Formats: sequence, C-alpha cells, structure tokens
Amino acid sequence: MALYSEKVMDHFRNPRNMGKLDDADGIGEVGNAKCGDIMRMYIKVDDEGVITDCKFNTFGCGSAIATSSMATELIIGKPIDEALQLSNQAVVEALDGLPVHKIHCSVLAEEAVRAAVKDYYDRKGIAYDPAQFQFHNEEEEHGHTEE
Amino acid sequence: MFVYADNAATTGVSKAALEAMLPYLTEQYGNPSSLYAFGQKAKEAIEQARADVAACLNAEPREIYFTSGGSEADNQAIVSAARNGAKKGKKHLISTKFEHHAVLHTLKRLEKEGFEVTLIDVNADGVVRVEDLEAAIRPDTALVTVMFANNEIGTVQPIAEIGALCREKKIPFHTDAVQAAGHIPLDVKALNVDMLSISGHKFHAPKGVGALYVKKGVLISNLIDGGAQERGKRAGTENVAGIVAMAAALKESVAHMEENTAKIVPMRDRLFEELSKIPHSKINGSLEKHVPGTVNMCFEGIEGESLLLLLDDEGICASSGSACTSGSLDPSHVLLAIGLPHEVAHGSLRLSLSEYNSMEDVEHIIRVVPRVVDYLRNMSPVWDELEKGERPHLI
Repeated sequence: MALYSEKVMDHFRNPRNMGKLDDADGIGEVGNAKCGDIMRMYIKVDDEGVITDCKFNTFGCGSAIATSSMATELIIGKPIDEALQLSNQAVVEALDGLPVHKIHCSVLAEEAVRAAVKDYYDRKGIAYDPAQFQFHNEEEEHGHTEE
Repeated sequence: MFVYADNAATTGVSKAALEAMLPYLTEQYGNPSSLYAFGQKAKEAIEQARADVAACLNAEPREIYFTSGGSEADNQAIVSAARNGAKKGKKHLISTKFEHHAVLHTLKRLEKEGFEVTLIDVNADGVVRVEDLEAAIRPDTALVTVMFANNEIGTVQPIAEIGALCREKKIPFHTDAVQAAGHIPLDVKALNVDMLSISGHKFHAPKGVGALYVKKGVLISNLIDGGAQERGKRAGTENVAGIVAMAAALKESVAHMEENTAKIVPMRDRLFEELSKIPHSKINGSLEKHVPGTVNMCFEGIEGESLLLLLDDEGICASSGSACTSGSLDPSHVLLAIGLPHEVAHGSLRLSLSEYNSMEDVEHIIRVVPRVVDYLRNMSPVWDELEKGERPHLI
C-alpha cells in the first residue's frame, strides 16, 4: 500500500490555490522550520464576512502540502465563522485519511486558517476571544534535543 | 525513465550471485547439518563461500561467521565485546554520534543494562578525529566501534589509525563496514580490526544475509541459541543460497572494484558539479575520503519528503534525511552530527550510485532535480523569507 491516499497525492501533485494574495485581508503563518513544516495562509474577505479567496505557501512534506491545499478548498466561499469551525479531522476526512504520524500536518492546516482569521480580526479591529486562537508549540511538543 | 539511485539502501542482485544461488534453492536443497552426501554438498558450498568471503577481507575462513545481515553482525559484535569486558569489570563502550542505528540502538540497550557509552563527535566534514577517540579511552573501555563508511554521507573513517591505536591500547575494535564492503578495499590484518560487519544486499547479493569477521582469539557470544551451526555461535539452519550468493557477489565486486570505481566516480562527480549549481545548496561530507557512489546534498528552503515524492513521479528513487522520511520528528542524526541546523537538514537528498547506473541516469537526475527544487522553493514560505532577507541564509 502506498504511503498516501490517491486524494493526498492528487492535492500534493496538483496543489489548489498555491501562491500568494498580494491584497490579502489576513495572513496566518504556523509551524516551525526546525520541525520541517511551515504553512502560510492568505485570505481575502468581502464586506459580508465571506472568504472569497484563499492561497497558501507551504514548506513541508507531501501531506503538509496536501492538507494546505485541501484546507483552502474547504474554506473558500465560506463565512469566517464557518471557516473557524474547520477541524483537522475534516481535512483528514476530505483527503481520505492520513498516516497516523502525519496527522499533525492537518492540525497545522487548521491552525493556519485560524491564524489568518486572527490576523484579519486584528487588522479590522474586530474583538475576539484570544483563547480561541491558541496554537500548538510544535518545537516544545517535539522536544528537540540540542546537540 | 526509471533511475534507481538508492544503492546505499539496497542493490539489485547480480547475475553472478543469482546463478550461484539458484541450485541451492532447487536441486541442492539439503540441510548442511545432515550426514548424507546430499546435505554435505550444501555444507561444502557454505565452506567454500566462507573461504571466498575470507579471501576478500584478507581473513582466515574460520574467522567468518554468517549472519542474517549487517544489523545482526553489529549486534553480535557489540554485545559480545560488552559481555567480555564486563567479565573483567570493563563496562565502558566508545562509538561515534553518526553510526548506523544497528550500532547506536544496541549501545543504548547496553547503557540501560549498566554500561557507560561515550559517543564522540565527528567534524563538519563527517570524519572522526582520532585524537578525540584517544581522549575518550579509559582503563575500563571494553570496545571501540566506529563505522568504516557512513551510510548517509559516504565519508570513510580513519580505520587503520583507529585500529592501530586500539591495538596499542589492547582494546577490542569493531567496525561496521556495511557501506564499504565491495566498494573499497578491506584488509582486516592491515587495518588491525578485531571485528567487522558486512551485509550482502549492499553489494548485489540478496537481502537477509551478512557476515561478521571475528579475529582469531576474540571471543564472541550467541545472539541466537540452538543448534551448533557457525561453530556454535549462530544457531539456525544456514541460509545456504543467500550465503553462496553473498560470496559470489563479494568476489565479483572485489574483482571489479577498480573498474566499477572508475565508472561510478565520474557519474558521482557530474552530479556534484551540476547539482552544486543550485543556489544555496551544500555538499555534505568531505569528498577527500569517500565511497565511490554516495552523493548527499542539502537544498535550503525545501523539505526532503516532498522532494522525494516528486522525484519518484519522475522515476527517480532516492532518499533523504528529513524528519518525515526518518520516521522520527528530528532530521537525520548524521546530518545533525556534522553540524547542520535542523532546518537545513530537512532539505537533504541522498543519491547513491552503483556500477549498474549509467551517465544517462545521471543526466536525467540533473534535468529533474533543479526543476523540482525550484518548484518547491516557489511554494515555500521559508524560501520566500530567505529571498526577502527576513531570514538569514544558512548555506
């Protein structure tokens, strides 16, 4: 059996919405180069609070690229509130599953979306509960050993 | 186009090895421990193989023990030396930070059992400093084990100097020569090696067979108990076909070593020359003392697993020391040992050639790798920050 599902390989080989948005309303970046994955998510939001466009840049493995790509597809056209509900599990399911040791990539994708929304709120001066935007500290979790 | 460039991982079985082994799978399937002539034929084949392998290493046939591969040979050598030392109250083991896991994990287990382990650093070129090793030696040192050639970066270690030092200090010396056997000359006598591990499938024998050289007079203990095979040191009915194939493959590799090297080195050098033109790339490991076929490079701003997947799509089999491919969360311990920062080590690529590769293969790799690196960099926020000067280039 291959490491990844066909869906993952499709999104890896043909990533949707890869690139930058020069006029983004919110930009979120999560991850850590030391750990081998960084995702940057750009969102464009209209006056109604609907995400009209989304693009990503990712440094990471095949599943990091595929989960970024899938996350953009899942939030484009959605109101911000709904995008904030995007769970890593939804990304995993939409990709027909991920190997266990790659689940953290889907967590990063979820967090990249929330980080972009947080940036949008900050720029617009929209109040929010900071508890909603707490992200994993990857480096701490990995417990890297300095040598 | 299909290009197999992962010969440090495993190799294809040679025609000579296959032809040598086939009769022992079909007509000559007797058990070497059986008394009747049909079994004794198989026994003779094993003894001939033992003599052939010994000759390739400048050893005596009785100094060769067949195993299931390099990992078993490493385990047996290290555990044996540790037990021998413990009997004399010596419980200190010395090795290096960039050994294969077959060595490192065996040492880790012994550490839990009460042994003290010193892992010495290697320099940025990927070479052990003999003076560091000498400084680590203690009156209770029971073993020094240093790999002959590193499996990821291909650097060859000063084994003769270490051997001479250990002989002078009367400390048993083991070397994991899995990446060296069949590729560079090995002479256990000249090198003053007490134990040496080899693995058949790294030089065109099948997987599942290896050997441990043990100098006459050095005691080894069993990992596997049972019958009296391998002079009581490795129980289990012998892998006759595998053993015969390994001997044939080693003989062939040693006989053709010069011409193989002459074929492989220009291909390897062409890879280094062309891939080094990729900006912010780095060659890992000194090229001065190096096995012929291994190329290891880092490309900044990208991650190795995605690189490998895209190379696979182009028919190229290669490997990487990124965390995602190492099966752990940290990148390769070898690349960290030579001082690479984590973020650089994640972007590593190992291409390893054999005499079965051609310059056409190399040209394909040269066409594909720069394009794929460029594509991934365009997608990478890390590269974006490097290019904008928001993050300092590390290589």
